[in-house]
Amino acid sequence: MAHPSTYQPRSGAEKWLDERLPVARLMHDQFMTFPTPRNLNYWWTFGGILTFILVAQIVTGVVLAMHYIPAEDRAFDSIEHIMRDVNWGWLLRYSHAVGASMFFLAAYIHTFRGLYYGSYKAPREVLWILGVLILLLMIATAFMGYSLPWGQMSFWAVTVITNLFSSLDAIVPGLGTTLVQWIWGGFAVGGPTLNRLYSLHYLFPFIIAGVVVLHIWALHVPGNNNPAGIEVKSPKETVPFHPYYSIKDGFALLMFLLLFGVFLFFAPNLLGHADNYIPANPLQTPPHIVPEWYFLPFYAILRAVPDKLLGVIALVSSIVVLFFVPWLDTSKVRSTSYRPVYRWFFWAFVVTCIALGYLGSQAPEGWYLFFGRVFTIYYFAFFLVVMPVVGKFERPRRLPGSITEAVLGHAEQPRSRKREAVA
Amino acid sequence: MASHETPLDPVLDDDEMSRRDVILIAAGGFTAIGTAAALWPLLDQMNPDASALSLATTDVDLAPIEVGQAVTVVWRGKPIFIRHRTPEEIEQANATPLDDLIDPLARNVNLPDDAPATDENRAAPEREPWLIMIGICTHLGCIPQGQAPGQYKGEYGGWFCPCHGSQYDTAGRVRIGPAPENMYIPPYAFTSDTKIRIG
Repeated sequence: MAHPSTYQPRSGAEKWLDERLPVARLMHDQFMTFPTPRNLNYWWTFGGILTFILVAQIVTGVVLAMHYIPAEDRAFDSIEHIMRDVNWGWLLRYSHAVGASMFFLAAYIHTFRGLYYGSYKAPREVLWILGVLILLLMIATAFMGYSLPWGQMSFWAVTVITNLFSSLDAIVPGLGTTLVQWIWGGFAVGGPTLNRLYSLHYLFPFIIAGVVVLHIWALHVPGNNNPAGIEVKSPKETVPFHPYYSIKDGFALLMFLLLFGVFLFFAPNLLGHADNYIPANPLQTPPHIVPEWYFLPFYAILRAVPDKLLGVIALVSSIVVLFFVPWLDTSKVRSTSYRPVYRWFFWAFVVTCIALGYLGSQAPEGWYLFFGRVFTIYYFAFFLVVMPVVGKFERPRRLPGSITEAVLGHAEQPRSRKREAVA
Repeated sequence: MASHETPLDPVLDDDEMSRRDVILIAAGGFTAIGTAAALWPLLDQMNPDASALSLATTDVDLAPIEVGQAVTVVWRGKPIFIRHRTPEEIEQANATPLDDLIDPLARNVNLPDDAPATDENRAAPEREPWLIMIGICTHLGCIPQGQAPGQYKGEYGGWFCPCHGSQYDTAGRVRIGPAPENMYIPPYAFTSDTKIRIG
């Protein structure tokens, strides 16, 4: 939220710098005194958690790159070398691998938070779009990172996913094949492919960091949404970010790190696939290929469609549709807490995403395929039918008059009346 | 930071065409062409390089492969399925009406693009027991099972892809999706009675 700067340079040096590059002023105004709605709940702490994980992933990744070798015949062994020989290598690699899962867990919670509380609605559309862009970049980065151990799952995940582009052959014959060979740098997935995936895996996190800066900028123009979904009406309805939310975010981060630690120290391979400890074999496809858990819902959508090209289109659309959410939702009310009809559809959507995740891990046959199709249809119907239609016909519950009222259950009592009561 | 009082260029602000417009358009055009030219090497470097292209051919001796046996060789990093088919397998492939096929084209680069997917067009020329094809499922690039003895070959006795359940018949033609096309026949020729060169 744009607010008058309260920064006061305290020393001559600070004043000197402030007149040349007011970076201390920026930090003070945006991260210390930034007015933040006083009713934010713990679902609002995931932005801070995500920032922490991004930094942690970059730090562990840069360190791992000092030991990893992106060559077809040495990549797998260099990972084992990190695990067994490098000082603390096991910790760094498991932190990075489990960190990817935690990154997606936090990002999905953050996204569902935005969906539930209508944080994508005006004037926060650009903020939302940048968030979806970050999600897309995360998906690409995670996919490329997963290829680097060059185990069986790495190799065949790269094969299957890059082959998605060959479906373009159905539109322009030869286009898909040309594109796929350009991605591979050969006629099959091989050494050149691994090398470029490594290069881009190193680059993308910094692009993400750049978009995150824009995301925070876009957040700080209109300010935070809040659980009531109503605008801040007076400065009394806000508190400075520090210490109120720096402490709250910090506490939530510690709780989240406990969960991270449980996986990291007690089940570091639980979220991975055992087949990735078999070196890549280009002549043998594993009997059952599954992506990492965070891609399973999208994988289920891909497999729910019997046609190759249409399956790929469905897969891409399932993420691209998020870009249009600000305009698909026609309701004037932001927070789902005040939407008695929509909330049922919303929770059905959450169940759908979890169900698709389960179905994505199962073989696509029989009832699994049937339900995969049912849930895929609901996934798209939620965005394309429920959001536009329910918003038009639903009668929302009465909104609180202010954030204060939402918190206290009544408007703030004028002081004079309190005094009278005492008297 | 530009001050708000910075005067606008009087000529650029002019709506009428002028000689300066010609310079602007020409400069813009050459910048675009130059950028594209500089971009091309950055993109083209990702295409298969000379060392990948040099692995263009693979020679295979078919003599040791008995009837009913199958072997897999590597050509350009891809598995090539070679199956010495039994008379029953050939008969089964020939008995299939073309109308039953998901993909009616032979997908044989040694023949015209529109050649129909008859068994004759799929098999080696004048040596129908031999089926030589790229062993990659045309759905998403997995390697179908059915080469090794004891592997499940699908309902049509050919190959079965474990990834998404596509099934191929004894001529390598897709019979159950989601694969959209028959497995491809690589370019190859017989260099002697029992030897082939792929590529």
